[in-house]
Amino acid sequence: MSDIAIRASHLGKQYRLGALYEQRYRTLRESLGNLFRRGEAKSHETIWALRDVSFEVRQGQVLGVIGRNGAGKSTLLKLLSRVTEPTEGEAEIHGRVGSLLEVGTGFHPELTGRENIFLNGAILGMRRSEIERKFDEIVAFAEVEQFIDTPVKRYSSGMYLRLAFAVAAHLEPEILVVDEVLAVGDAEFQRKCLGKMGDVAREGRTVLFVSHNMSAILRLTEETLVIEKGRLALRAPTPQAVDYYLSRGFAREGERIWEADEVPASALPFRPLAVRLRNPRGEVVNSIRSAETNTIEVEYALDAPITGLRVGIYLMSMRGETIFTSFDTDDPQVFERLAVRPAGHYLSRCTLPADLLNEGRFVIGINASSYRVRRYFQDEQALTFTVDATGAPGTQWPETRLGAVRPRLEWKIEAV
Amino acid sequence: MVPSAPPGEGLRKGRRVNPPPVERTTRMAERVNTNVTYIRPVRGWININLRDLWLYRELVYFLTWRDIKVRYKQALLGIGWAIFQPVLSMVIFTVIFNRFLGVKPDSGIPNEFYPIFGFAALLPWQFFQGALQRASVSLVTNANLLTKVYFPRLIIPLSAVAAGLVDFLFSFIVLAAMMLYFGVPFTARLLWLPLFLLLALLAALAVGLWLSALNVQYRDVQHMVPFLLTAWMYASPVVYSAEVITVSPFWQAVYALNPMVGVIQGFRWALFGTNPPDVSMLVSAGVVLVLFVSGLFYFRRMERIFADMI
Repeated sequence: MSDIAIRASHLGKQYRLGALYEQRYRTLRESLGNLFRRGEAKSHETIWALRDVSFEVRQGQVLGVIGRNGAGKSTLLKLLSRVTEPTEGEAEIHGRVGSLLEVGTGFHPELTGRENIFLNGAILGMRRSEIERKFDEIVAFAEVEQFIDTPVKRYSSGMYLRLAFAVAAHLEPEILVVDEVLAVGDAEFQRKCLGKMGDVAREGRTVLFVSHNMSAILRLTEETLVIEKGRLALRAPTPQAVDYYLSRGFAREGERIWEADEVPASALPFRPLAVRLRNPRGEVVNSIRSAETNTIEVEYALDAPITGLRVGIYLMSMRGETIFTSFDTDDPQVFERLAVRPAGHYLSRCTLPADLLNEGRFVIGINASSYRVRRYFQDEQALTFTVDATGAPGTQWPETRLGAVRPRLEWKIEAV
Repeated sequence: MVPSAPPGEGLRKGRRVNPPPVERTTRMAERVNTNVTYIRPVRGWININLRDLWLYRELVYFLTWRDIKVRYKQALLGIGWAIFQPVLSMVIFTVIFNRFLGVKPDSGIPNEFYPIFGFAALLPWQFFQGALQRASVSLVTNANLLTKVYFPRLIIPLSAVAAGLVDFLFSFIVLAAMMLYFGVPFTARLLWLPLFLLLALLAALAVGLWLSALNVQYRDVQHMVPFLLTAWMYASPVVYSAEVITVSPFWQAVYALNPMVGVIQGFRWALFGTNPPDVSMLVSAGVVLVLFVSGLFYFRRMERIFADMI
């Protein structure tokens, strides 16, 4: 028997554009309409979400997969976990695939923790005897012993996540596909998940790990695939792949513009138009000085009024750690005044105060949501920029300072 | 990097990777031994993957169990609803159709027996109605599962239909109690009931396969189903006796095409011994078989786009 776990050759997945960007399902009327308009109907526009992707993964290997949002990573995972079928090419999977595409899939809020463990286990392909054998282990890992007979709708989000991850992690598949589970949960939970994934790999099982968290990718994987616009751009040792991704993916010059066809239908009525970084002279730049006051602006249109809308930014380090989050309606008075934001064309602008960031590269993500109602749009990597430390505190010493921020703190030195 | 393939390329590739019969048997053997899964585009009318269905058989049980459990959670009367619904319908039908409109039960059954005559039909009918209703929306309500994990999709409508069996059992207890009350004898004919229930289950599953798959693509289906069921009920001898269809042999033949006619007639025959199953029962069974097999193939054909369309 060969030691190959996954062999993908020329995998491709084609979507009808309409299926991606317009409403997903059709109504009978539209189809009937198309039937009669067949003569003039234009051929369906299609898009290759993934094309000609070939690679092999050895058993026991932990392979990272990175790429921008919409590059085709999720499509690849969906193909490998058989959620959807490829349009062309084929793949050979040796062993059972367990996917952590989204923890808690199939959890039912009305059912108790115990009931959900069995239900979720069965959905993930476990036998009842197998679940019974691992039941105690799962409960212990999730630390929900006292609440095991409580409906999960009464769980805290942390407990819910731990339980969901615990079930999936104990599936013991030969191949584990992990998609961005680490984006959720507190630091302790993340540490635990990463530890569990390490165990899985040490047991000689194969892990396919998709993440935007570069430090997790660097820590957990030796080799990484970089997916770009549906194609396999590079397969290399992880540090090299991460370098390539960081340099390639972020080639934009201080501005990210969304074309109409880039905006998912799920975002409407919110339509992002652009994010820009401006220096004090108003120029759009991708490099700013830490000692100056700069501006970040988000331009967007609302096709319909939105209640409780907040448009905001995340500032993150290149390693994926969030430094801060800020929304345009953080001020309660402003939020009250804009309880319903009318339809129209907007520019939400914020100042990035002087003496805030240390030198280095940073990522701006944007988010438009109504708290607890809906997330209209999110892009964690809308824009990257460089901060230059010239004039920042302590630059008389030409050394690298640790830390993401570099505030100008007031020091008093007294002789006592 | 390999240059992009011309449009026809994918199709040819799809044909080529489907090996000829001899090779397929060796591949099947290999598949069992080393647990290898092949992921490749499948075209045309796919054969039913019974092996996967068998591997995931426990999931049918768990999803059915979830449906039942969730349905009656936080309901004061809980499973009592499974009893009240048919009983209330029976009372309403008796008052309106029997007392006010003068609808009579099958010949040979006394008029006072109308309540149990009606209940004998409501039992399979409400099972069928509930099963079909749940099955037709089952794929859409489980969209989060379809887009996240693999399992044979047939399991979803299957467990939606099976979830009605528990309700059926509870209302069956009511039927037994009514039989004692009305003095309907317990005969060996009752042993046929499981067979008629199976026919109702297959009918619901057959139509459910069609409608659930269609609903993924056309949400019109879920708006149409309640209307369809109302019409279907009046096209079945639920509140009246099938004997009233005497217009012409032609209409009797058309009427027999409705599988629920066979099911309800079967239930009434098992209880009262009226109108024993005849050739129209075979017609009903035949219709169910045709709908079921075609539904199975349609479902399997559409299955591959569920995750992309839903």
